[in-house]
Amino acid sequence: MDRKIYMDHAATTYVKPEVLDEMLPYFTDKFGNPSSIYFYGREAKEAIEMAREKVAAAIGAEPSEIYFTSGGTESDNWAIKGAAFAGKKKGNHIITSAIEHHAVLHTCQYLEKLGFEITYLPVDQYGLINPDDVRRTITDKTLLISIMTANNEIGTIEPISEIGKIAREQGVYFHTDAVQAIGSMDIDVKSLNVDMLSLSGHKFYGPKGIGSLYIKKGVKIDQFMHGGAQERNRRASTENVPGIIGLGKAIELATATMPQRREHLTRLRDRLIKGIMDKIPFVRLNGHPTERLPGNANLSFEFIEGESMLLSLDLKGVAASSGSACTSGSLDPSHVLLAIGLPHEIAHGSLRLTLGDDNTEEDVDYVIEILPDIVERLRQMSPLFAEREGELKNV
Amino acid sequence: MYSQKVMDHFTNPRNVGEIPDADGVGEVGNPRCGDIMKIFIKVDGDVITDVKFQTFGCAAAIATSSMATELIKGKTLDEALAITNKTVADALDGLPAIKMHCSVLAEDGLRAAIEDYKRKMGLITEDEMAKPHEHIHDCADDEAANG
Ligand SMILES: Cc1ncc(COP(=O)(O)O)c(C=O)c1O
Ligand code: FES
Repeated sequence: MDRKIYMDHAATTYVKPEVLDEMLPYFTDKFGNPSSIYFYGREAKEAIEMAREKVAAAIGAEPSEIYFTSGGTESDNWAIKGAAFAGKKKGNHIITSAIEHHAVLHTCQYLEKLGFEITYLPVDQYGLINPDDVRRTITDKTLLISIMTANNEIGTIEPISEIGKIAREQGVYFHTDAVQAIGSMDIDVKSLNVDMLSLSGHKFYGPKGIGSLYIKKGVKIDQFMHGGAQERNRRASTENVPGIIGLGKAIELATATMPQRREHLTRLRDRLIKGIMDKIPFVRLNGHPTERLPGNANLSFEFIEGESMLLSLDLKGVAASSGSACTSGSLDPSHVLLAIGLPHEIAHGSLRLTLGDDNTEEDVDYVIEILPDIVERLRQMSPLFAEREGELKNV
Repeated sequence: MYSQKVMDHFTNPRNVGEIPDADGVGEVGNPRCGDIMKIFIKVDGDVITDVKFQTFGCAAAIATSSMATELIKGKTLDEALAITNKTVADALDGLPAIKMHCSVLAEDGLRAAIEDYKRKMGLITEDEMAKPHEHIHDCADDEAANG
């Protein structure tokens, strides 16, 4: 196996060299604690404030509205628990969707145990949330609406602009998990009426373990990490300075190169989807045909199982992922695929290929070339395919 | 995460396919959690002379199906019935803990095929048929475990 093709960019990305270069001095020479008053501290402090400006600029926020966290998961936890606890006097109701990332869903399930009421809005067959459902579900007890900008598994882009408008009209806070969207979509928190937004460095060629939560000025949420006075007294812990510098550089780069990225990824994605669907029968595209992230292809191959597909692809040097129960630590099929109405056995045969900046047309063509044999080999082993073939012969 | 033997049986599974005039056929599994295995046997006297399988499942399910068919070919029915999922997993140099339930499928499929044969031969009645493993449902979530 000489060829190595990474097509799992929704899971994580590598750190771009320009990003790493900016980070490195902050591990060694510029190692100071930003809270210290002497030179080393001031130097680090200035650097993180520059990074804050870059994050703010990328999403149309003020620097003072940007808080650094340990990643997407912490940002989601903080936004939701923080708004829930701070809003207890007003009510106890939160609206979210059935297809959120576990960082949102499991947080909501935890709050349910504490007595909060959660509405998990359904989605249509493409994974779209209906803004009218949001409007209808709001009550005078509703504290928060949390709907993701774009889904990490099927790539569907949600109508957050309409949802933001409804939330603002009704005076309910609106949080969006934009972890997958940053670098792939234009996001302006002001025009989208977003009150809180989560993002994570390692999804756009920045480091892992660093993220950010945008909190609109005036939004009341409880502190999540208690301790020192960092992050304007709202998020304790000595800043992850190299991480923050990396996040700042990565989001600056990702934003500056967005038009080219969108064009490149969309072209490759469409070529990949078409190539696979033209060559392999009994395949369906999961997610919306057009309202989807530029780098996301998610397909279900009938009669076969995802893990065995991933392993076969891995043997050919291709890294991908699947929503199959057999690949998840919990052995549950993907909640997203079930929410769009897929029967378990179709969810079982799902394959997610997420493209990145370095993927080429040759990479895509290679996958299109090797996949039919992999699918065919597994189908030849499958009792479901044998039954189907039997039926076809008999008609 | 998988042993070399598992990878070998996954990439080159032995005895894949069906036997159209099989003496016994066993189909087990739970499509809701994903695993389905079908096993076909030919029996001469009390010896399993041929065996084939079809599996819809992960690499561990495919490898354990393949290994199970290898282990029982040429064996008597009683010898085959003595094979457990652990025998199969051991023969593959072990499975990751989370994948042990896949090997249960192979054991149950095998038993189902032998029982089907015995039933067809009038050797046992429906009531005497052994129940498949309860833990076959391991990989389904709770509400899915009813099916
Ligand atoms: C939509 C979404 N939200 C949250 C997360 C969690 O982010 P992190 O890994 O930075 O905690 C991810 C990434 O896995 C994601 O895709
Ligand atoms: S068949 Fe589902 S985990 Fe093995």
